[in-house]
Amino acid sequence: MLAADGTPLKASLGRALRRQKIRALALIAPLLLFVLLTFVVPIVSMLFRSVENQIVSGTLPGTVVALESWDAESGNIPSEDVFQNLFFDMFNAAEAKEHTKLGTRLNYENTGLASMFRTSGRSLDDVGEVFQDAIEDVDDQFEDGAFWFAMMNGAGGEDLLRERRERWVDLTGDDMRGDVGFVPSAEIVELLPTTAAAYTDWAIWTVIEDEEVVAEEDPWEAVYAALVVDLENPATGTAIAAYEGEGAQALQAIAAAEMPKADFTAAFADLDEDWVKTDVWTTIEVYSSAYTTGYFLNSVDRELTPDGVDLRPDNERLYIKLFGRTMWMSMIITLSCIILGYPVAWLLANLPMKSANVLMILVLLPFWTSLLVRTSAWKVLLQQQGVINELLVWLGFVDDANRLILMNNSTGTIIAMTHILLPFMILPLYSVMKTINPTYLRAAKSLGATNVTAFRRVYFPQSVPGIGAGSILVFILAIGYYITPEIVGGTDGVFISNRIAYHISRSLNWGLAAALGTILLVLVLALYWVYDQIVGIDNVKLG
Amino acid sequence: MADTQRDDAFVEFERVQKSYDGEILVVKDLNLALPKGEFLTMLGPSGSGKTTCLMMLAGFETATHGDIRLNGESINNIPPHKRGIGMVFQNYALFPHMTIAENLSFPLEVRKISKSDREAKVKRALDMVEMGDFGGRRPAQLSGGQQQRVALARALVFEPELVLMDEPLGALDKQLREKMQFEITDLAHNLGITTVYVTHDQTEALTMSDRVAVFDDGRIQQLAPPDELYEQPQNSFVAQFIGENNTLVGVVTKIKGDTCEVKLDSGEIIDAKPVNVGAVGDRTTVSIRPERVEIDPELGPDAHTLSAEVLEFIYMGDTFRTRLRVAGNSDFIVKTRNRADQRRYARGDTVKIGWLPQDCRALDA
Repeated sequence: MLAADGTPLKASLGRALRRQKIRALALIAPLLLFVLLTFVVPIVSMLFRSVENQIVSGTLPGTVVALESWDAESGNIPSEDVFQNLFFDMFNAAEAKEHTKLGTRLNYENTGLASMFRTSGRSLDDVGEVFQDAIEDVDDQFEDGAFWFAMMNGAGGEDLLRERRERWVDLTGDDMRGDVGFVPSAEIVELLPTTAAAYTDWAIWTVIEDEEVVAEEDPWEAVYAALVVDLENPATGTAIAAYEGEGAQALQAIAAAEMPKADFTAAFADLDEDWVKTDVWTTIEVYSSAYTTGYFLNSVDRELTPDGVDLRPDNERLYIKLFGRTMWMSMIITLSCIILGYPVAWLLANLPMKSANVLMILVLLPFWTSLLVRTSAWKVLLQQQGVINELLVWLGFVDDANRLILMNNSTGTIIAMTHILLPFMILPLYSVMKTINPTYLRAAKSLGATNVTAFRRVYFPQSVPGIGAGSILVFILAIGYYITPEIVGGTDGVFISNRIAYHISRSLNWGLAAALGTILLVLVLALYWVYDQIVGIDNVKLG
Repeated sequence: MADTQRDDAFVEFERVQKSYDGEILVVKDLNLALPKGEFLTMLGPSGSGKTTCLMMLAGFETATHGDIRLNGESINNIPPHKRGIGMVFQNYALFPHMTIAENLSFPLEVRKISKSDREAKVKRALDMVEMGDFGGRRPAQLSGGQQQRVALARALVFEPELVLMDEPLGALDKQLREKMQFEITDLAHNLGITTVYVTHDQTEALTMSDRVAVFDDGRIQQLAPPDELYEQPQNSFVAQFIGENNTLVGVVTKIKGDTCEVKLDSGEIIDAKPVNVGAVGDRTTVSIRPERVEIDPELGPDAHTLSAEVLEFIYMGDTFRTRLRVAGNSDFIVKTRNRADQRRYARGDTVKIGWLPQDCRALDA
């Protein structure tokens, strides 16, 4: 179809409507932006966090690569190469104070690693100092930062510089941008690869983080250790002999001298004997990939082992039970809300306007009171010396010695949450019931149905969409409830969200919190889908 | 007034009163009896108490005083579902969550009728209203007229002897309404059902009913067959409410057998038939139907003539409508047939109008 001016009608229509669309978009833009920033972005980042695991490969990049050739099944500890990489990785991490974070992360999977990483990081300087002392004893030029700079600086090592800078970025999360004032000389990179890498690491750190000048500072101990590592390579010895660049003499002197043996396996074993046990390395290897299912497995009481997925030990299983309890109690709460809310909604919908308004205010009253106050009020009511128990004892229904335990268990959570969520059931029910014409009941009765039959066959089926809407609302709110179970739930009455909050604010295991939250989200979506299949989401009416 | 106690009464209201708030009587002293098979319409303006009467009969409202009898038995204390009265509601009240067939099956199910019987009855009822093919549909998928038929079939499917209808055609357009009026009366007469029909539409009442009870102010103002109601209204409310009506007000000056003399407020004296006047000196409203008035009459010596001024002359196709100023009343309407020789008047013409004294009814003021 063409418009009068010959352009396609569709295009013409689109142009005519564009203004309206833009205006409509502009109207919702602030909200859209707000929702995007405060809702969508955090959720996506949470979903990402639940599988993200770059901390291992970011903190120990060399170690993770070297560890690939290790076979956990063999029962042997990894080779010296792995420990050597571990030394340099850990040294950098310790300088950046990132090693404890990794320790904390790995501690979720293998208890005890946190303290091992912390203490080991502290002593790495001592490991390196042995080599520094030995080298400086041979030639004191090595005590001078300017000498080092003159030897290492040059041209052609830009690749190495870029590579090492990226490692720092991965490790610290900072952007590490800026001019270092140093480029490794290509000749040295070829001659002393380990030393060049260590020196470059130090140089970048010194300039960018410490804001010093490379030529004026002495390199840290790891650089000396790296030099010894390089010299142990027989090929390096010959190459140094042929070397004619800056500091050639000094290097040749070092190469000729007796150096302490670079045995990092032994060094780490000295720091903590757990380093030479396979289970530490198994953990590191299992969690070395950038993405992990570990948090999710943990969320369902399982763990990743080299043999595959396995159940956690009995005493560490918690989450399945907690998820089950959360679902079960949310269901009970939803059911209680239906039972308590249905008659109220019916009254609201059928009373004359004036009385209905008063009743409506009573229903809405809780909304005008702080949630915390309401929950605390329940605390006052429910405790063993509380109002309810006192009343029951006074009335003689309950023996003074056997006061009911209504709080710090699931009973307390159910009572308080039913009360708090009741309006969310009543309001959708009410708005649906309001639309059910009372003549339907009259019609049913005129056709010969008793009151009960008329209700059951005619009124109730028409109110089901309201029950559905209310149930979805209450159930979804209940499943993620935090404050009320926290206050009146004790240990038996807490929900999964309390555990999530614990991981967010206390244990700081955000990955696990994110995985638990993701599972919760998926559960809700799955239930929503099931509900859609059974009742049909089109049948949900909020008014 | 409407006290028609009969021995063959099927439905009977005796001295029925109804008040909702204990202060105002919505229904005042209702007496009404209708024999089996009658089609009775309760007609009246809104708030006249007609629907309340219907609801009391159906059992949804209880009478504050008096007795309602069905087949000779008082049903005051019988709940609606045991009365066995079919009812068609204003908005049909078809259950939206059930199909048409399920809607019709409902009254049979609650009566514990076997499945095969149910199916046969539902089919028969649907065929009766020509909706046989719609059993599987939902009410929302039907047009207003179709829903109306289904509502009717549902009220009839359990074979009640009495059917109540509460303005059932109110939501339909004019053409459909006229068609359904005919179908409903046809059905009611063929099945021999007693029907109580409530409407505020006088045309509907006149065309459908055996008798019409005109309600106003909680009372039956007149209970009569349609022609009697139109031609012999007993009081000025009925005269005014049913059909078009011209009124002239004045004082009775003389009563002489079946004629009386009325001195209009404008000074003219006319003869009228005393229908609802007290004594000489009482004020009265004289009522004349527009089609019984002639312009430039040739009615003979008995006829009354008054002079009138033409205010408007409206061409209506089959008729002409002339609005006149007569004896101070500027809303006096005369309807004349569109004959070939009919003179067409212009605004401002002065004419003579006249009517037969028996067509001019002196009613209450």
